[in-house]
Amino acid sequence: MAGLLDTIIQGILLGGLYALFAAGLSLIFGIMRLVNLAHGDLIVLAAFAILALGSGLGLDPLLATLLALPVMFLIGFGLQQILLNRTLGHGLLPPLLVTFGLSIIIQNGLLQGFTADSQRLQAGAIETASINLGGGVAVGLIPLLTFASAVIVIIGLNVLFYRTALGRAFRATSDDLATAELMGIDHHRTFALAMGIAMIVVTIAGLYLGMRANFDPTIGPARLLYAFEAVIIGGLGSFWGTLAGGVIIGLAQTIGANIDPEWQILAGHLAFLFVLVLRPRGLFPRALD
Amino acid sequence: MTSASASPPTAQFRVAVSTPASLGLAAVGLLLLVGLVALPSVAERDLIQDLSFVFYMLALAQCWNLLAGYAGLVSVGQQAFVGLGGYLLFALTIFGNLDPLLAIVLAGVVAGLFAIPTGLVVFRFRGAYFAIGSWVVAEVYRLVFAQIKQLGGGTGTSLPPSVSNGVAGIDWVKTLFDVRAPAARDIITYWAALALAAGTLAVVYLLLRSRRGLALAAIRDQEATAESVGINTVRTKLAVYVLVAAMTGMIGALIYLQKARISPDSAFAVLDWTAYVILIVVIGGIGTIEGPVVGVIVFYLLQRYLADYGTWYLILLGAIAIAVMLFAPQGIWGSLQGRFRLALFPTQRRLERADVSGDRT
Repeated sequence: MAGLLDTIIQGILLGGLYALFAAGLSLIFGIMRLVNLAHGDLIVLAAFAILALGSGLGLDPLLATLLALPVMFLIGFGLQQILLNRTLGHGLLPPLLVTFGLSIIIQNGLLQGFTADSQRLQAGAIETASINLGGGVAVGLIPLLTFASAVIVIIGLNVLFYRTALGRAFRATSDDLATAELMGIDHHRTFALAMGIAMIVVTIAGLYLGMRANFDPTIGPARLLYAFEAVIIGGLGSFWGTLAGGVIIGLAQTIGANIDPEWQILAGHLAFLFVLVLRPRGLFPRALD
Repeated sequence: MTSASASPPTAQFRVAVSTPASLGLAAVGLLLLVGLVALPSVAERDLIQDLSFVFYMLALAQCWNLLAGYAGLVSVGQQAFVGLGGYLLFALTIFGNLDPLLAIVLAGVVAGLFAIPTGLVVFRFRGAYFAIGSWVVAEVYRLVFAQIKQLGGGTGTSLPPSVSNGVAGIDWVKTLFDVRAPAARDIITYWAALALAAGTLAVVYLLLRSRRGLALAAIRDQEATAESVGINTVRTKLAVYVLVAAMTGMIGALIYLQKARISPDSAFAVLDWTAYVILIVVIGGIGTIEGPVVGVIVFYLLQRYLADYGTWYLILLGAIAIAVMLFAPQGIWGSLQGRFRLALFPTQRRLERADVSGDRT
């Protein structure tokens, strides 16, 4: 019984990590219908940025993250302004292909700069710290922090989206681009800000990716798939749905791994396809695609 | 005005697809084909191997182009069918004792059958989501095949020499060209790759010239309008998806007959079997039959002269993909076509005045 409970708790907490992977993707999906195939690689890029800043300046990963946040924001803003905005509005293929090319460039750029070696963000004592919940169930501090961060990020995105002027601009461009333009919204700048904010979420995701497990330049595409699955399960445009989607993937993977370690990833994918066949538009769709 | 409308038309019209240039080029193409078939009698083994690679990449590119360029199904998951075909070849030859060439054909049929339920799942996704959704499905294929211990599980397995050296016609080729078994095997896979490349090109061309091809072009140009004039878009797309899966499965089987070693990570590699293929189609020109031919030549030259640079080569490929999409989204052939009105494989229907003997009024 304690074993099952433990599995479920670990699964939910793992879902927090996947929700962090997915929240940035969900934001970009929701606002500009851009499917960013480089999203996973950007998470890995953020983890390497934290690693480089941390080891270069001798900082703790958490402090290095604070430095990485504005850098990644600017990277996202610039990427959207210079590259991605040009791909929108010409059909399906340009954004897919350009972000696919970007994915290959980031992966190989990281391979060139950091080699294929596995890396890890060394966080010191909190890495091994855990909280005993009684009944033989203990949770690690980092998984707990991951989940808490996911909830905070999602609350933050909801506040931004529904309570601020920028959020109003996001929703307006999402709902009707032409009318939003008539109301004086510069949608290119709005999209660039959205990508910058998505990169802030991506950096937080990169921090936990690097603290929880080893990472190397090639693991981005798999993170993209988990993120995508969480977004689709949750339903387009719903941030809480994205959290629920992440938790479903996390649970399926943990339960699958408990049966046979080789089934972990497969169980997550199958759960995703199962939900998709039952509910094609996800569990909590806000927007029509 | 009045007299013209009163009298019946004096000229007759017919719909034409061929152009004088395309008919001339068909003859040249046929000669080229004969030359390529006879090539092993003079060419070195290296060239034969390189050309096999060019041919199967061209065949994969034609398949993806039909899927994405005409049916609007931008898949990032075609490696599912390459890997499936490869594994089927291994299973059919090792456990079924089939001849490898027969196994290639059968692998295509089975891949097509697998594509029906797979298609029903991935067709739940629309547009851009289809891309990632098909990728997820390809990952499921990879992870499932990694579980099959009889085929080597996660580390993969090799084709026993008895299988690859027992391919039909190998003794005949050995005596004909006076070569040893490995070289004879290369020549047979070369012919098979040539047949698949020419075959996919012919299938795609004939399909696009047919009624169904007209429906596909309509879907490509404006899906809602196509539906409004009575085209069953879902059924047409599913048919294309299954056809492409069958052809891709055959190509995958051939690729792994040549490689003689398979593992889940290589057989279901998104980079090798989808990213490169997309790059070929996009560089050459998506939505044209000539585009993949041009693209594969460019890709081969890049690979041959720059692949030694490893990561820098891949970074360059990524940059090329981005540059083409931003500055020449129609690719090399698309741009040429726009400027010179070329069509080696014309599919456009033109109205021509037919020669009428005598006045029919």
